[in-house]
Amino acid sequence: MSEAAHHHPTGLSRWLFTTNHKDIGTMYLVFAFMMAIIGGLMSLVIRAELFEPGLQLVDPNFFNQMTTVHALVMVFGFVMPAFVGLANWMIPLMIGAPDMALPRMNNWSFWLLPPAATLLIISLFVPGGGPAAGWTLYPPLSIQGGMGMDFTILTVHMLGISSILGSINIIATILNMRAPGMALMKMPLFVWTWLITAFLLLAAIPVFAGAVTMLLTDRHFGTQFFDAAGGGDPVLFQHIFWFFGHPEVYILVLPAFGVISQVIPTFARKPLFGYSSMVFATAAIAFLSFIVWAHHMYTVGMPVAGELFFMYATMLIAVPTGVKVFNWVATMWRGSMTFEAPMLFAIATVFTFTMGGVTGLMLALTPVDFQYHDTYFVVAHFHYVIVGGSVLGLFTAVYYWLPKWTGHMYSEVVGKWHFWLTMIGINLTFFPQHFSGLAGMPRRIPDYALQFAEFNMWSTYGAFLAVFSQLIFFYLVWKTVKGGEKATDQVWEGAEGLEWTVPSPAPYHTFETPPKVS
Amino acid sequence: MSTANGGYYLPEPSPWPVIMSSGVFITALGFILQMNGYAPGPWLMLAGVVIIVYIMFRWFGQVIGESEAGVYNEQVDMSFRLGMGWFIFSEIMFFAAFFGALFYVRVFSVEWIGATDMLWPDFVAHWPTAGPEGLKAIAADTEPGPGQFSPMGAWGIPAINTAILLTSGATVTAAHWALKKDDRGSLVFWLAITSLLGVVFLSLQAYEYAHAWTELDLTMSAGVYGATFYLLTGFHGFHVTMGTIMLIVILIRSMKGHFKPDQHFGFEGVAWYWHFVDVVWLGLFVFVYWL
Repeated sequence: MSEAAHHHPTGLSRWLFTTNHKDIGTMYLVFAFMMAIIGGLMSLVIRAELFEPGLQLVDPNFFNQMTTVHALVMVFGFVMPAFVGLANWMIPLMIGAPDMALPRMNNWSFWLLPPAATLLIISLFVPGGGPAAGWTLYPPLSIQGGMGMDFTILTVHMLGISSILGSINIIATILNMRAPGMALMKMPLFVWTWLITAFLLLAAIPVFAGAVTMLLTDRHFGTQFFDAAGGGDPVLFQHIFWFFGHPEVYILVLPAFGVISQVIPTFARKPLFGYSSMVFATAAIAFLSFIVWAHHMYTVGMPVAGELFFMYATMLIAVPTGVKVFNWVATMWRGSMTFEAPMLFAIATVFTFTMGGVTGLMLALTPVDFQYHDTYFVVAHFHYVIVGGSVLGLFTAVYYWLPKWTGHMYSEVVGKWHFWLTMIGINLTFFPQHFSGLAGMPRRIPDYALQFAEFNMWSTYGAFLAVFSQLIFFYLVWKTVKGGEKATDQVWEGAEGLEWTVPSPAPYHTFETPPKVS
Repeated sequence: MSTANGGYYLPEPSPWPVIMSSGVFITALGFILQMNGYAPGPWLMLAGVVIIVYIMFRWFGQVIGESEAGVYNEQVDMSFRLGMGWFIFSEIMFFAAFFGALFYVRVFSVEWIGATDMLWPDFVAHWPTAGPEGLKAIAADTEPGPGQFSPMGAWGIPAINTAILLTSGATVTAAHWALKKDDRGSLVFWLAITSLLGVVFLSLQAYEYAHAWTELDLTMSAGVYGATFYLLTGFHGFHVTMGTIMLIVILIRSMKGHFKPDQHFGFEGVAWYWHFVDVVWLGLFVFVYWL
């Protein structure tokens, strides 16, 4: 029948024109991991330069481009698209929907990403080089930079459109496409965290678009938003940026919380402890994320009342986050646990994320931050949160759902090698940075004083180990896609949820007639 | 026609999104080159915009065709409603960034520059201002001398434009009532009036810009007043332009007999958008022009 041909266009046009949530989810994930390779190699340039004191490999301006573009690529090119890919693949399967609510727009959300990434990569090769102002793009540096900054600004605009459209689609899907009986408070936690993340994106991303638009007009159209001589203020940019930037870090990590809230019950063979408190804690974190932004700016010269407000509000976040960590641990308590790769990554996520959370509490204290601000302590903190929370959460998700996607079991031995080498690598990279930071080593500097040499050497060894360990991961995924032991529908003994009721691999169209949820 | 899965319409693979993305890419690249003085810039921008406009014709055309063919059930309709509603929410947050900038400079940063004796001890904080090194602000709507600019007063064209937009909000609602009563004549009449009001608003805004730029020396370079004034009113004007085009599209569709009394999301989406630009204008009138 021609309908079959219709539904499975082959070759390149299948991927260019597809309106299928699984195809689009796959493209998001492949794109994200390609970006991860680019961003990872940039981090190796940074770590290689910092292996020893002194300037040896790259010139300082290029070093600054590397720190800037590494961050932009990892945040906007890797972690965000990877979780949108998971949302695309899994949300319709988890709520019993035939597809995403707006499939053509879904395709557009993805296909805005490769051209946007292209603009960012081109920026490295134009006169003046890429953006070198740090991913936060603070003026006046970002106003003085060359045309690479314009490429960056337009990249941000395109990625922003993609995120907004993707979020609209996710909200419409979750609110409108659930199978009969799938009440909101019965939804899997991953779906809940993504619903809340999508709201965060819709509220935060347009504000970032406004901020970079003001940068652009200050650069080229004579406005003086960020110039005190014209009545503006460079600090204004920091306020607008971090109004976006703080929710952004929760955008990166909330979906990971959702993933491990699926995985831990499966391998503890117990229902999630405190389901409704998990939902409310997620919502509380999301709300608080909008009233804490200036904790990134304690040293900028704010009034004391502002410093105090943002300090207390920031520390409040520890309460709902603590609820979550408690619930994960309580779910494992007296469970019949087994430690397959997804469970190992999930437990590691809880552990390393919590370490990042604790250093976050230290940084939340205004007087203490005056010492830590812009040091490697901050670098250690946010890498523990983003690598230890978001990226490990991402690996958790891939190992957990890979059998459902491919129909094959991955090699548990290879998976465990990947896990342990990654864990050693990232902790060796980032743990010493706490100490170099506390001792006063500033971030975004290509050279440093002699006393930091040993910490930096460990960090560099760790970074090379962590990055090259990912070759094992790519090998494992490739092997699993190509073949391997046949996966059952349920895949994991303790797995519950609609996605485990469809065959492995999940057929191209699922839930064409909605399932009944009791 | 494609598969109707459990009644929910799932479209066939579509070439429009990826071509649209290439149009956006070419426009962005052209814009960057143009800002940095490279000759191909404007031509690339033109090519990109042509692609975008062409794809919008084809893509929206296809959606309108599917809608009129009756393949969208109530659940699809709800997806569109949620989509448009949350899109407007994101637009509100975009404007919030610029309103936030306006409030920040008016409440904090201009005061702080005035309060400190460093750098510019003689600067007296007062709104409107183009900053300590910018043109001096004089009374609104008066002819500036050298080194001066005149801010835009509220009670001339801006007040008239406020009345126009508020009226257009009422007329689009009248059109909606007519549509629900299946009174096609009144529907077309009120939509035509609404579109016309949109065009008149834009014409007056264009006149105001020309007046400000050439006679009041109020340009984008007039410090932070000029920056906030032009970016806020400019992005609003762009949204009114989009809204007016959308109104004209649904006017033509109404004349062709599209929309049913009980199913007309295309109409409602535009009406929501129009109310949104209306509300943003009220914020502009109060905080940019009046106070």
